[in-house]
Amino acid sequence: MTETVHKRPDLTVEMAGVTFKNPVMTASGTFGSGKEYGEYVDLNQLGAVVVKGVSLTPWKGNPTPRVAETYGGMLNAVGLQNPGVDAFIENDLPFLRQYDTRIIVNVSGKSIEEYCRVVEKLAVTEVDMLELNISCPNIKEGGITFGTDAKMAASVVKEAKKYASQPLMVKLSPNVTDITEIAKAVESEGADAVSLINTLLGMAIDIHHKKPLLGNIMGGLSGPAIKPVALRMVYQVCRTVNIPVVGMGGIISGEDAVEFILAGATGVAVGTANFMNPCATVEVLDGLESYMISQGFSSIEEVQEAMKI
Amino acid sequence: MKKMITTIVAEQAKIGENCWSIWLQAPGIADNVQPGQFVHVKLNQGEKLLPRPLSVSEADRERNALRLIYAVVGKGTKDLSRMKEGESLRILSPLGNGFEIDETASKSLIVGGGMGIPPLLELARRIPGKKEIYLGYSATPFLLEEFEKEDAQTHVSTDDGCYGYCGTVIERMNQDKALGDIIYSCGPRPMLKALSAWAKERKIPAQVSLEERMACGIGACLVCTCKIAMEKEDGWHHRRVCADGPVFWSREVVWND
Repeated sequence: MTETVHKRPDLTVEMAGVTFKNPVMTASGTFGSGKEYGEYVDLNQLGAVVVKGVSLTPWKGNPTPRVAETYGGMLNAVGLQNPGVDAFIENDLPFLRQYDTRIIVNVSGKSIEEYCRVVEKLAVTEVDMLELNISCPNIKEGGITFGTDAKMAASVVKEAKKYASQPLMVKLSPNVTDITEIAKAVESEGADAVSLINTLLGMAIDIHHKKPLLGNIMGGLSGPAIKPVALRMVYQVCRTVNIPVVGMGGIISGEDAVEFILAGATGVAVGTANFMNPCATVEVLDGLESYMISQGFSSIEEVQEAMKI
Repeated sequence: MKKMITTIVAEQAKIGENCWSIWLQAPGIADNVQPGQFVHVKLNQGEKLLPRPLSVSEADRERNALRLIYAVVGKGTKDLSRMKEGESLRILSPLGNGFEIDETASKSLIVGGGMGIPPLLELARRIPGKKEIYLGYSATPFLLEEFEKEDAQTHVSTDDGCYGYCGTVIERMNQDKALGDIIYSCGPRPMLKALSAWAKERKIPAQVSLEERMACGIGACLVCTCKIAMEKEDGWHHRRVCADGPVFWSREVVWND
């Protein structure tokens, strides 16, 4: 009797000279700095932990309620509450360094100067990559104003690159007319990778109390409801730029991750699904591997190149 | 390693106006639950993605079962109320920090309002010594039979006067000239705020269980924050209701929002 032996596929991916054991990462803001989820998943299994946005000084964030559920998704308006980069380096980084996973730090700011100073502080730490957050819809100044204007996006990347010792990935906003314009602009100023999509600006109203469900009135929509939009944008950006793309937006299963990789993404990030199930990241990873085995793929690159148009 | 566990619905019943009781078979969990902790209940399918945080009303160690009491307020809880005996439900449990029981208190006051009443049942059972229970409802009381089984005086007040004292729990407590060494409370924010002032006047330490809309339930997403006093900065900082609470000392909570 012959037995079919399926060779385990090679899940490693490379982005900007950094090797990841697999393409599955966490989406910034949904996983804290990994500590809480470390009780539910073996962080060593993840390709990377992308930590919650850090800024130069501590930020208190927005008033509550900060979350509202919508059909197949959720709105959030946390407003980048974080203890600041110094506290992150002191308290959170040593915890993450115990694990055999890549660390990507999401960098937030209200001015180019602030972004640069955070990047500078992280330059001397054991962080593998930076993710420049120019797309948070929940803060009034900075953030998304850099992400919705190609010139502003280019200038913040250009300046941040001067201080960065790690590769710089730029997180793009879907709240633009043409996301490829922004992607091209940041690539031209030296972005080493792009990640997309951040949340879509949205709103929900409580009809009984006749008021917005979020304290901040508007917030960012995430979850399965946005997946088709995210996938379309990832596909467009992958065909436009020559730097690696990390795709995200509504990934809750291995099959969802496969769609993003077929669209051209090198990495995939799991966000809202963590709230539905704290073990979502490893389940997505298992699902991706099973798909590759069943389809006879031996590498992620093969999947990236497999789509027929 | 913690995980989301599958529980089986052992019993589901409507116990009051828009008030439901569900018993879940949860091996290994009933033993470890502290009064005031909650479970994060994930419904199996549907357009609602997020689990629902529900406080534990009773933990039956012999039957390995947890009792949750909830109101149907939207689609998620409506789906939950339709679950039948034998069906399965995934939960994260136990979550949050429960009440810190003061074993030395010579008399404890337990004060609950509306849907904040259920977690006080398990608490009342575990508090040693003398205790008095004040329960406030908007209308017809629920869970009263269970509370009356406890070795304590139970005082009921209702907003519409359909049962017991007509008025708020605080008014009832004033009428009784209630006193104790410690207060444990759960209920709507306006009630907790008033109780906090009441306790401060009488210099009685009070623990309050807060409620806020949640997403992850484990402290990562920073959605369910509340303002807690601190010395530096502007005098307060955000703390997570799910992971730092839901129970806080009332004197630390910044009530004026």
